[in-house]
Amino acid sequence: MIQKFLYLEWKAFIRSASFATNLALKILMGFVAVYFILIFLAVGIGVFYILKKENMDPVATVNKFMIYYVLMDLIIRLLLQKIPVLNIRPMLVFPIKKSTIVHFSLGKTILSFFNLVHGFFLIPFSVVLIIEGYDALSVVLWFTAVYSLLYINNFINIILSNKDNLFGIFLAIVAILGGLHYYDYFNITDYTAPFFDAIFNTYWAFAIPVMALVGLYVATFQYFKNNLYLDAGLSSKHDIAKTEDLTWLNQFGTIGTFLKNDIKLIKRNKRSKTTVGLSVMFLFYGLLFFTNSIEAYNNPVMHIFAGIFVSGGFLITFGQFVPSWDSAYYQLMMTQNIPYKGYLSSKWWLMVIATLVTTTIASFYLYFGVQVYLTIVVGAIYNIGINSHLVLLGGAYTKTPIDLSSGKGAFGDKKAFNVKTMLISIPQLGLPVLLYWLGSKYGNPTIGLSLVAAVGVIGFAFKDKAFSLIEKIYKAEKYATIAAYKQKG
Amino acid sequence: MIQVNNLSKTYNGTTVLKIDSLEIKKGESFGLVGNNGAGKTTFFSLLLDLIQPSTGNIVNHGVQVNTSESWKPFTASFLDESFLIGYLTPEEYFYFIGDLRGQNKADVDALLATHEEFFNGEILKNKKYLRDLSKGNQKKVGIIATLIGNPEVIILDEPFANLDPTTQFRLKKIIKDLADNPEITVLVSSHDLQHTVEVSDRIVAMHKGEVVKDIQTSPETLKELELFFAV
Repeated sequence: MIQKFLYLEWKAFIRSASFATNLALKILMGFVAVYFILIFLAVGIGVFYILKKENMDPVATVNKFMIYYVLMDLIIRLLLQKIPVLNIRPMLVFPIKKSTIVHFSLGKTILSFFNLVHGFFLIPFSVVLIIEGYDALSVVLWFTAVYSLLYINNFINIILSNKDNLFGIFLAIVAILGGLHYYDYFNITDYTAPFFDAIFNTYWAFAIPVMALVGLYVATFQYFKNNLYLDAGLSSKHDIAKTEDLTWLNQFGTIGTFLKNDIKLIKRNKRSKTTVGLSVMFLFYGLLFFTNSIEAYNNPVMHIFAGIFVSGGFLITFGQFVPSWDSAYYQLMMTQNIPYKGYLSSKWWLMVIATLVTTTIASFYLYFGVQVYLTIVVGAIYNIGINSHLVLLGGAYTKTPIDLSSGKGAFGDKKAFNVKTMLISIPQLGLPVLLYWLGSKYGNPTIGLSLVAAVGVIGFAFKDKAFSLIEKIYKAEKYATIAAYKQKG
Repeated sequence: MIQVNNLSKTYNGTTVLKIDSLEIKKGESFGLVGNNGAGKTTFFSLLLDLIQPSTGNIVNHGVQVNTSESWKPFTASFLDESFLIGYLTPEEYFYFIGDLRGQNKADVDALLATHEEFFNGEILKNKKYLRDLSKGNQKKVGIIATLIGNPEVIILDEPFANLDPTTQFRLKKIIKDLADNPEITVLVSSHDLQHTVEVSDRIVAMHKGEVVKDIQTSPETLKELELFFAV
């Protein structure tokens, strides 16, 4: 039976949409994977010697911070690790024992990337410990116990799946603990480090997490076995819908009609909510540049780069997928009496409003000086004048249907990668950096900023021209886009 | 009036649709029947300019559909659930379509009120998004949405599929009422011969992309069609 399941899993893996990309991209992804594996390995091996050099006891130090490691792992899982329960549905009516189905589904998660990745850190670290003369049995028991804790996270995540707000709550807890620790009010590690030390120093303490893991597995197993019904554990959650009129948008005519729709789209779908969350992160991305914390970022040319990102987070993350946001009902849009101009204008206004709001919120960057905030404002002008048109233009060639109900893919869709979109995105970041560099080289930074802003204003002045051009391209791409959106997943 | 001229659609050398000439008169109630792959949905997609014809064209009330878009204001259609916006409630969807067709909220409400029976209390004020409705209820929403804004051409692909028996009866009545209006041309496709015969004055049967029968509905039509499809 398990063989049959494995066969299905293998098929699901090699036929998944993300795997069916072109060869060049596969190779690129392979390199990225190897790169990360090497980094983890380097950290796993290196951390021992680095700590030793800093005159810290490697084991004690790692044990001290282990609580944060474990908690962060849980948070990342809650955010990213998906539980593939729905795949079970077709199995229910076949002559397969329920316990087999549940064991397999739970067992499958054991091989998840989120579990295996820790091995790249923990295994080399443990090997180094043994080589350096620590008691091999202690190391193995410690390794077993820590991995058990990570697997406990795995099963906690399974039980807690489908509960949305937990991610935020856990993140807040860790942030508070970390903050209290940093400012020396309360140090959680004083209470947890002895536990991790005990795992290492005694031969019995490791049994606590192992027993907990076994207990949790049994509990999870029972829970799923008892809830293996379409209307219980396997039901998909239905939101309680509320009709919203948003009548205040009526004054904007056709654009208002679409804006209403876009606001609902963003509010009611997982994917779009993730995107908005991501654009908020862009808002703080500038801190890396302006706090001078990273040396490579600490030059004025990189600052204009940050200015574009800080004000344009939403524009970049949302805009690059216009019109894919409407992919699920694109056929409807194409048969309705819709002027393309109105449709595009509404997306444009949405991006402009978001950019203005972001720029206003970003006023906290005034803390780093007027020049810094000015850079962000200039970035916003360029975003509105040039980049808003460029993302719409790029969108005409982005033929990736979006599954609104899944948060996955918000971090960059592999299939959305194509040469045309790439070429269009070069001036998005490259041109302002170049202009600023020229301006500040042959004049001063203020001239550089003015140049970037001036180009933004010119772009704004040619809005109507740009729109007619974009409209034409959208019309030319219509049939190809409809055909592409029909291919789901 | 809808006029089809030398229309064909070819994918990689396989012709999936070939209609040399077909004329659908204004006010006609037109039924399209055929097996899977006969080309019914392809024909409707061409009529709605969702795919490009390989040769020929369709002229809808004087507008060639693949060169001009002015057929859109008077043509309404529901092919499948990709015509629904999943994250809207039914009300919001109706008002959205209303906005696009120049109907205000009161106009839409008036239309919805006349179809309360068709909705059977399962659609309006139900606190559900369209994506969470059952297939049948989604279909009800899509069908009624095509009636918003007094369109002159209404295109429904498989409207009877997934509907419960009572709703099928009610839908037949709606389509018959539309058919009685000389201003409205209704195009319906179906696998169900009996339903199609009941609601259409003219039936075209398709097979492998070609028109194989074109008959005015009479008491013998159903027999004739059954004989044709019983192989």
